[in-house]
Amino acid sequence: MAKPESILCPSPSGLYCPPGDFYIDPTRPVARAIITHGHSDHARAGHGAVAATPETLAIMAARYGEAFAGATEALRYGQTITRNDVEITLVPAGHVLGSAQAVLRHKGMTIVVSGDYKRRRDPTCPPFEPVPCDVFVTEATFGLPVFNFPEAEDEIARLLKSVAQFPERTHLVGAYSLGKAQRIIRLLREAGYEKTLYQHGAMQSMNALYERFGIALGPLEPATIESGSKKDFAGAIVIAPPSAIDDRWTRRFADPLPAFASGWMRIRARARQRQVELPLVISDHADWNELTNTIREIAPGEVWITHGSEEALLRWTQLNGINARALSLIGYDDDEGES
Amino acid sequence: MRGFANLLDRLAFTPQRNGKLTLMRDFLRDTPDPERGWVLAALSGALSFDTAKPSFIRKAIEARMDETLFALSYDYVGDLAETVALVWPAKPGANREPDLSEVVDALRDASRAQVQKLIESWLDALDADGRWALLKLLTGGLRVGVSARLAKQALANMGNVEISEIEEVWHSQHPPYEDLFAWLEKRSDKPTAAAPGRFRPVMLAQAIEEPDFTKLDPKDYAAEWKWDGIRVQAASERGVRKLYSRTGDDIGKSFPDILDFLTFEGVIDGELLVMRNGAVASFGDLQQRLNRKTADRKLLEQYPAAIRAYDLLLDGEEDLRTLPFAERRKRLEHLVARTQSPRIDLSPLQTFDTWDKLASLRARPPEGDARISEGLMLKRWDSIYAAGRPKGPWFKWKRDPHLIDAVLMYAQRGHGKRSGFYSDYTFGVWREDANGDRALTPVGKAYFGFSDEELKELDKFVRNNTIERFGPVRSVRADKDFGLVLEVAFEGLQRSTRHKSGIAMRFPRISRVRWDKPAREADELSTLERMLEK
Repeated sequence: MAKPESILCPSPSGLYCPPGDFYIDPTRPVARAIITHGHSDHARAGHGAVAATPETLAIMAARYGEAFAGATEALRYGQTITRNDVEITLVPAGHVLGSAQAVLRHKGMTIVVSGDYKRRRDPTCPPFEPVPCDVFVTEATFGLPVFNFPEAEDEIARLLKSVAQFPERTHLVGAYSLGKAQRIIRLLREAGYEKTLYQHGAMQSMNALYERFGIALGPLEPATIESGSKKDFAGAIVIAPPSAIDDRWTRRFADPLPAFASGWMRIRARARQRQVELPLVISDHADWNELTNTIREIAPGEVWITHGSEEALLRWTQLNGINARALSLIGYDDDEGES
Repeated sequence: MRGFANLLDRLAFTPQRNGKLTLMRDFLRDTPDPERGWVLAALSGALSFDTAKPSFIRKAIEARMDETLFALSYDYVGDLAETVALVWPAKPGANREPDLSEVVDALRDASRAQVQKLIESWLDALDADGRWALLKLLTGGLRVGVSARLAKQALANMGNVEISEIEEVWHSQHPPYEDLFAWLEKRSDKPTAAAPGRFRPVMLAQAIEEPDFTKLDPKDYAAEWKWDGIRVQAASERGVRKLYSRTGDDIGKSFPDILDFLTFEGVIDGELLVMRNGAVASFGDLQQRLNRKTADRKLLEQYPAAIRAYDLLLDGEEDLRTLPFAERRKRLEHLVARTQSPRIDLSPLQTFDTWDKLASLRARPPEGDARISEGLMLKRWDSIYAAGRPKGPWFKWKRDPHLIDAVLMYAQRGHGKRSGFYSDYTFGVWREDANGDRALTPVGKAYFGFSDEELKELDKFVRNNTIERFGPVRSVRADKDFGLVLEVAFEGLQRSTRHKSGIAMRFPRISRVRWDKPAREADELSTLERMLEK
């Protein structure tokens, strides 16, 4: 059997597959790329040929324009293509719409590059599919035992309770424009919230894209003063990118109550630093238990850790007799900037 | 416990007083007895534990978790209770989640050896937020920005009554306060407050405005100095001696010397001061005695506390509160004379026949010391002692505030309506450093005193002149050639070891924005130091 390092290795541009001559989520322009999902630190513009799920290609086109790559190839989940003897299959990662793990098979060896993933239910994308493999390449954004996330549904219930308790205030929910925002909106709808939700201008196109892929988001309006007076936003929920909730943009609302949906909100000091009044611990990444349970479930021969808090996860694999190494890839936000 | 944990969590992140009140009011309204009563006790400081020492918590977690993984986690989070709450290995279905009332009951009956086992079993049963709340409670520090007073205000809001009604009965009630809730929910009568030495809600004064004088006749009013200490109520009733703050907090433990001197029978309203040979010392001296759990003999000798009496609420067993002030004052004079205590004297009344005469008195502070009085009090001779702040019978006429010109150094974003604005300002004055260069040193922080229009301009200034950012704080350009001068008004100064400048301001606020004044012409630290020495 071939050595796994001969099939996949870290390089300055990201993970590279020498026999297939392609990169996975490269951080610089390359000739051939497989893209796991549409977040901007994984999906960049300017590559020669890009293979990804149809949803991911649509997201990239919406962000960078139709000419974001020289050529594109849409790969449905489960469909296999071959590059110089390397079989490539994309399977769901459960991270955001279109997110996939890249499964590489070559000379009897299977390597799974999970991209970013989570194991919890997400009404906006199909769930993570565990694939038996020799090498499991995992992220570790929340790779510390302190990251143990509550159920997203319970966090949404806290938000709705706060809206009922403070009807005179505007609840401003900071959420990343791709994935988190739509998941929050779906969860609100599932919890029976049928009123109009107000969206920041920066998320309009992504919300529309989700709708096109069949994720119904219910009544949405732009959060602009033209659509009403300051008082009209009293009692309303406004979804905005995290950077907008603590700036001048918020002045248009009645007594805004800043909320922020992120895994980082698990740590009080992080929430205080951002002056968040309602931290919502909702993440599109695996928490510590999801990471460790996934590794146990897949039971790979080896674990490679791409980015995040690898130190604690390495310690855990050592304690559990699992071979592991850190790749320490750079160029991926561990600040959940959008990853 | 889950409800309590959620409440604590929300309170910890809600900066506004009104927001906190809403959260507590709703919780007290929606939670059944006795749970809400224990929560109220925890919030108002009536329930405190120090059952779990940090070392015990550490040991417990290290027995369950790899040391290196714990060290990495603690290092990341920085707070022991929070780290343990997050990393404690869950045992789903281990036990039923305990209520706060169960925790209280169990701890009361448990032996020392049992306590540790109990705590561990609760940690197994709770989720991360529940564990955090439990650990905060057991290590004796909720720190969610709620005072006993605020908790009582929430209770008053829940029952739609005045807070003075709560304060009146508070000391006769005990956790979990079922009688109190029954009354507030109109299921029973108001509990009696007949306990001897109980707190009587105090009467407060309105600030007087210039136009008020034309409507008031000097003959109707008595005037006395508003001494610069803390307002207290000293009760000595059927062998029970108590010293209360004006909000009804029992502060007797910090002032055993005062309790010893309450040899009369009655309830006095007065000012707590440090006095040496009949002369009042500064507020800074009194501060040495405040907020201490115990007081050692050296402290008692160095900072002898005393009461300067304003009013008499109870004389023997007779309630005087419905009598006019003139009558109460006479009875007070007799009582103070009878008591002959070296630590209780009378606040003297000032004679005057016109407001002008009183104004010139106000300009001349008593006992030759500017820091001893905060201004004058005006009390209608015929006023009854009514709890709260009724308009008309009592006025306070504060001395004009001190003013300095300082330079804006840092600004922080506000909350709620001000969340898009840099509205909290740290300002400094000039000081010569070791090399003889002039540098700014921060002397205080203010977040009100300006109009909405001024706020907009200040915010714009901050944004346009930011030189550094740390989280929600911006550092603003301020040097001898450039900077924004703020005229700051304040009530007094104290020495402080906590501040780099060695000075702490009381009640600072922005009185004017001096767009016109060059930064280098702002005041020097020495100006403030001279005010201290006076």
